[in-house]
Amino acid sequence: MTTRSSALRGSGTWNRWSGALFVAPYVAIFVLMLVIPLCIGIRLSMTRSDLFGIKEFVGLENFSRLFGDPVFLQAVWNTFYFVLLTVPVLTVTGLALALVLNHQSRWAAVLRAMFFASTVLSVAVVTLIWRLVLIPEGGLVAVLARVVGKAPVAFLGEQALAMPSIAVTTIWWGIGLPMVLFLAALQQVPRDLYEAAALDNASRARMLMSITLPSIRRTVVLVVIVEIILQFQLFGQAQLMTGGGPNNSTRPMVLFIYETGWKQWQLGYAAAAAQVLFAMIAIAAMAQYYFSSRKNAP
Amino acid sequence: MSTAFRSRPPRMAIALVTLAAIVMLTPMLWVMILSFKNNAALMADTSSAFSPPWTLANYRSILGEGQVFTWLMNSVVVSLAMTAGVLLLASLAGYGFARLEFPGRRLLFVVVLFGLAIPEQAVIIGRHQMFSAASLHNTYAALVLPGLAMPFGVFLMTQYFRAIPREIDEAALLDGASRLRIFWRILLPLTLPAQATLGIFTFFHAWNDYWWPLISATDRDMLTLTVGIAATQMNFAQTEGLGFLMAQAVFAGLPTLLVYLAFQKYIVRAVAGAAGQ
Repeated sequence: MTTRSSALRGSGTWNRWSGALFVAPYVAIFVLMLVIPLCIGIRLSMTRSDLFGIKEFVGLENFSRLFGDPVFLQAVWNTFYFVLLTVPVLTVTGLALALVLNHQSRWAAVLRAMFFASTVLSVAVVTLIWRLVLIPEGGLVAVLARVVGKAPVAFLGEQALAMPSIAVTTIWWGIGLPMVLFLAALQQVPRDLYEAAALDNASRARMLMSITLPSIRRTVVLVVIVEIILQFQLFGQAQLMTGGGPNNSTRPMVLFIYETGWKQWQLGYAAAAAQVLFAMIAIAAMAQYYFSSRKNAP
Repeated sequence: MSTAFRSRPPRMAIALVTLAAIVMLTPMLWVMILSFKNNAALMADTSSAFSPPWTLANYRSILGEGQVFTWLMNSVVVSLAMTAGVLLLASLAGYGFARLEFPGRRLLFVVVLFGLAIPEQAVIIGRHQMFSAASLHNTYAALVLPGLAMPFGVFLMTQYFRAIPREIDEAALLDGASRLRIFWRILLPLTLPAQATLGIFTFFHAWNDYWWPLISATDRDMLTLTVGIAATQMNFAQTEGLGFLMAQAVFAGLPTLLVYLAFQKYIVRAVAGAAGQ
């Protein structure tokens, strides 16, 4: 031990740089798996490339082509539509569940566990479950509809219903996260505020409006941004449940990138679409950073 | 859990939430009963699932057919390797960033933090090309290495090391302990709660990861359970073995649900921590 510690403090240069050895393994992986692939992607986005490599440098041509490509524009619209369908419901329902289940008792603990359980399943299992709920031939909804004498509906086959069906599946899958984030925030609300309000005989609704909601408003913003970033990256549900159909109505941006890259092997074009997605997510991530770094401010 | 409201929420609210919880569980229960039915009976009418006879035949065919087991083992190997790797790299780096001085430390940490904002979509094409060039697709290395770069672990561990009082390392330094020894014997044991949180988060992340294994592992024997179940689902329309498919879903979902039940507290903390960063 003594030899090693004296060696570590030996020369000045060694001492100056020895700390870097601790971060070196991670930084090497970080550069190799994130920084270099990011640069390759940016370079690819300005080329015409296929499976066999870069054909030619085309500058920003891929980007101008994207904004004239009806399939891509439809995918952008589909992505925003999906975010609009899911994020408000996830936020409001998550908050409602947290308000009711923020209670120290056995039943509240059991119910919290039930609402979070689906979050731990993989996208493959979630979509398999929901296809068996939604298929018109013998799905759970069709079986229940038959009991009340209704005809089965092809939820995933009808253009107006396909995206809402994927949204329902996603809400079922992801409701645990906003609930847990709101529960954590509710724990931070100072209890003496409620005690003072109780002394004033304030009603439950009054406490909710004047104490609880104002105290957790930063968390509300944070949950909205986190969910926008998450739902913006919709991929597996659409790929597995509808494959983007019917009539391109459920193809989100990530599925567009996947199909352009790995089905049509237009890697340069796919990389350009990926940069557009990256820019959109970066804006939301900056907003998230701004709000989370201010979260602890008075 | 300490709580703001001492009094119970209104009865009406409790009733509504309980009803919602039952609705939440219904799809899982539906799939579970389907998995215990004979395939031919389900082909005729799925509502036969509500009445006997039930059978274990679908689960027996999973055990008989090796592929699902291969996928399960792949998922176990990949998830454990990624978890061990992330814990090691993030702990070393977290200690380095929180405690040690070396040129460029602050700048490097800011660069790593920026990594938090890089979505997988922005790097996946370049990464796929790199692994193609190195002929590494369809290996465990390809499935594990990208996950090790996740900046969240370094961020979490740096925060945790910073929260440990400096007097602890200074006392050890005076006793002549080396940096490595202080890290390994004194500080690391103090970070066990963060290790548990990060470890469980990484395990789930690896187990449920979909896009990267989908494009990297194309050889059927190298699929993870998640990608394997997705692949069998692709020919869903032609399937005659609905019960068998459902048994696969239960088989694939059960490991994560059991780990969740066992480590509920840590999982909830990990997921909330990763989102609230």
